[in-house]
Amino acid sequence: MSTLLEEMSATALRLGIPLGVQLDLTYRCNERCVHCYLDHDDHGEMTTAEIKELLDQMAAAGVFFLTISGGEILMRRDFFEIVEHARALMFCVKLKTNAVMIHEAEADRIEALAPESVQISIYSHRPEVHDAITKLPGSLKKSLAGTRLLVERGVKVIFANVLMRDNFQDYSGVQALAAEVGARYTVDPTITPMLDGDRSILNLNIERAELEQVFRDSSLLGTSAEEFCAPPPGALAEADAMDTLPCSASHTFCYVSPYGDVYPCVQFPLPTGNVRTTRFIDIWKYSPQMNEVRSITVSDLPVCSTCSHSGGSCSRCPGLAYMEGNMRGPSSQDCEKSYARTGVVTAGMKARQGAKSSVGLVQIRGSSFVAQANLAQL
Amino acid sequence: MNQVYVARAKEVAARRVGGELMILSARDSKLFSLNETATLIWEGADGVTPLAEIVDQRICRGFEVDRAVAFRDAEEVVTGLVEHGILKVSNMPIEETQ
Repeated sequence: MSTLLEEMSATALRLGIPLGVQLDLTYRCNERCVHCYLDHDDHGEMTTAEIKELLDQMAAAGVFFLTISGGEILMRRDFFEIVEHARALMFCVKLKTNAVMIHEAEADRIEALAPESVQISIYSHRPEVHDAITKLPGSLKKSLAGTRLLVERGVKVIFANVLMRDNFQDYSGVQALAAEVGARYTVDPTITPMLDGDRSILNLNIERAELEQVFRDSSLLGTSAEEFCAPPPGALAEADAMDTLPCSASHTFCYVSPYGDVYPCVQFPLPTGNVRTTRFIDIWKYSPQMNEVRSITVSDLPVCSTCSHSGGSCSRCPGLAYMEGNMRGPSSQDCEKSYARTGVVTAGMKARQGAKSSVGLVQIRGSSFVAQANLAQL
Repeated sequence: MNQVYVARAKEVAARRVGGELMILSARDSKLFSLNETATLIWEGADGVTPLAEIVDQRICRGFEVDRAVAFRDAEEVVTGLVEHGILKVSNMPIEETQ
């Protein structure tokens, strides 16, 4: 599958087709997870008719992979009507939910819609830990009940286990729980800033030593720990850096919010247009912001292009870099990951270290974050 | 000879990407690329049009090909697509299709 998928992705890239879209139906949620990056109020979600029209436009634009997420997707009373419309348009649909609201009837309808997978957020195998993170008493029990109903019906379920300080010790337990109920398992060791730029939740991130443990746990890796944590291969050659794209955001992927705002990615809140006023395909093709992101290759990243990790051991997210102040700069969280993985300091870490040891202006301005972000633009 | 009816399975997703029809089966998350003949059969597989009619209308009319050969090739294509869960086949019309 990977070869054919790569060929299809290459074709989409060459032809400028938005192959994948994440559409958040709502930011409302029945849980209040401590690490969530969203504001849960409804600021004017798209109507059923608007979403159906958007789906029609996305199908015509060539979108194939559609991730439907939130918020909690089942908080929308029209959830099934929307997904039925998406499946009638032959999208490959992936659902993200906490499964709390999935009972027999919902499980039957989801099975009938034949999603490619249903991703369910599970934080711990222990109710007291999971429920403390979601702030919804009984949520683990309900999420597992929903999981079992889907698995019984042959739906592919994936447990998404976001790691933070409060649940780091439990990931093996969640892995075992996934195996017990017949679900797959995926782990994410990164807490990201809130979409409004608030970075306070980053203090929930696990420590570097814990990150190192995750990167060396062969049960979590698709490859051997030695291979995954091998020293970086060195910076990309100049010619390669000019051809290498930072990620799929704006190239073959984008994100649409419940309010119709289109961004390069869910983690890249650069406004590019709104489908309530502009057709989806026109935003995708002609938005200056979308085209700016699209124009960036690794050679345009002043710090990262010189980094020894750029040849392969870097998972730099341009959206996280954008939220630090510069979409062409390093992402400090991804630098941390590269360091935890290989033990080799990144160019971004060196730049930040240089910034800290330089002038007192950082203190005078009262914001080390601003100074770091500005220096990263050099 | 009994008529054969074919219908697109409801468990699949499909999209043309650069002129090529891509099919993903939710059953096993496998991705397929259909060739020209398979694409014509897929597009005609509404569950109520007999396979022979699909071959006549979509393949024999568009290509210089012997009808018997085209039908035999079509049966092979259908067998393969049914094995992968992409098409359903029946001796009776299949009402439920996308």
